Amino acid sequence: MSLRPDLAAIAAHVTPGSRVLDIGCGDGALMAELENASGCDARGMELDGALVERCVSRGLSVVQGDANLDLANYPDKAFDYAILSQTLQTAIRPDLMLDELLRVGRRAFVSFPNFAHWRTRAALLVGGRMPVTRALPVSWYETQNIHHVTIEDFRELAKAKGARIERAWFFANEQQIGAPAANWRAEFAVFELSR
Amino acid sequence: MNAAPLSKVYPLPDPLPLDSGQALEGCEIAYETYGTLADDKSNAVLVCHALTGDQYLASPHPITGKPGWWERMVGPGKPIDTDRHFVICANVIGSCMGSSGPASPAPDGAPYAMRFPVITIRDMVRGLVALLDGLGIDRLHAVVGGSMGGMQALSLAANWPTRAARVLVIASTARHSAQNIAFHEVGRQAIMADPAWAEGDYYAADAKPDNGLAVARMAAHITYLSEAGLTEKFGRRLQDREAKGFGFDAEFQVESYLRYQGSGFTRRFDANSYLYITRAMDYFDIAEEHGGKLADAFAGSQARFCIVSFDTDWLYPTAESRHVVHALNAAGAKVSFVELSAPNGHDSFLLEHDQLDRVVKGFVE
Repeated sequence: MSLRPDLAAIAAHVTPGSRVLDIGCGDGALMAELENASGCDARGMELDGALVERCVSRGLSVVQGDANLDLANYPDKAFDYAILSQTLQTAIRPDLMLDELLRVGRRAFVSFPNFAHWRTRAALLVGGRMPVTRALPVSWYETQNIHHVTIEDFRELAKAKGARIERAWFFANEQQIGAPAANWRAEFAVFELSR
Repeated sequence: MNAAPLSKVYPLPDPLPLDSGQALEGCEIAYETYGTLADDKSNAVLVCHALTGDQYLASPHPITGKPGWWERMVGPGKPIDTDRHFVICANVIGSCMGSSGPASPAPDGAPYAMRFPVITIRDMVRGLVALLDGLGIDRLHAVVGGSMGGMQALSLAANWPTRAARVLVIASTARHSAQNIAFHEVGRQAIMADPAWAEGDYYAADAKPDNGLAVARMAAHITYLSEAGLTEKFGRRLQDREAKGFGFDAEFQVESYLRYQGSGFTRRFDANSYLYITRAMDYFDIAEEHGGKLADAFAGSQARFCIVSFDTDWLYPTAESRHVVHALNAAGAKVSFVELSAPNGHDSFLLEHDQLDRVVKGFVE
């Protein structure tokens, strides 16, 4: 099974045997990988009932819930890792969600599409329109991405929240790329945080 | 009323201790099984029935002749697959299909009637656990239940945490709400207001409190359906007439339907059992049993849980399921939860629902 590159990066860096909460777990691809390949105890949260049903029917423990509200029900440091992949930009309050991530997890992985990627900048600068790109394929009026964020914005938020950036990975064209000028070059970013 | 000759009956070797402090002597549990128990006894699935259900899960009911109440879910190749699993369904104590209840003979030979001790959901489960002991089953592959069956599944998980590896709770709750108790009280009062009830001592009489029991069933039946479901099924349509009759016959289709449901119910159910089982449900509050904190009831549980609710169920609404899920999360238990969309309210768990089938199959497998 081939995982999305950001998920593969996360899967490769979760310590085997950890307790993991995957927030916005989708069809459970990352959870299944963590359970099968890394012996993790993985739990998921997903808003879409049809996706939850798919997870449950493949034997994963997934709760239908809204990360904006339901993270509050988990105890402090209930997990070794809290994972938020491609979901931060859909949060009602990304800053508060980051707090919750670092409350329920000892560490957090956060992945998101980088709004400062050059294609996005070009679409806005040259085209004068809200970008519709490979990384952000949905028009402004129907996208769930209500809080677009750039790599530099995220670094600043982490700093403001007192979160330490342990590691970061950047991706373009489905490939991992280096850190230099990532805010221009990366379509996606993955950060590992602790506090 | 105890005419259930097809079921196996397990006579408990010891008196069954009850939450009230009493003990039930000579307690019997009537049960059905489907499939074959594996040599290592690892493939047993216990299905717990609802308030007016019984052990005829996947085989015809001996009184009504109707198919088993969950035949669409349990059987060869079905979501709960009897080719793989040994499925047990037992009549709860307090009921009237072969397990000890108010219609059963007391030690003096006469029916218990209201001398039967008041029981709780945990007492019912204690009886089921005694049956599992009798069958030599230490650990269930899964315990499954909808509505009151889900309460039993939760109670088993909370009080006998090592007895089930998987716990599937559908359209249920960890406590009876004021509204739940209120509807049950209407039903009980309807029964007790029927002169034929005779303080519960009607077993030798010609008349049974069928009118009261029918009204109780009618009131309860409304709570099992959704407003939209009733509207779609009946609307304001009249029954067998063109115009309103300015009388009090069952003029509307919905009235006729409820009367039919009520009278059909009296053929197969004992009024005193209805009193005892509704009382047990009203007493149900797992948190209360565990120092007031629901999460404490499941602390350290190694079982996997799956909680399912239906969006149109106003009897045990999704919020009640979420309450259970939050407690299980707080306890660190492995839990899945999904709210399914269905038009038919609480009863949806008994009806055709492909998504429910897939969830049950995936979880129980």
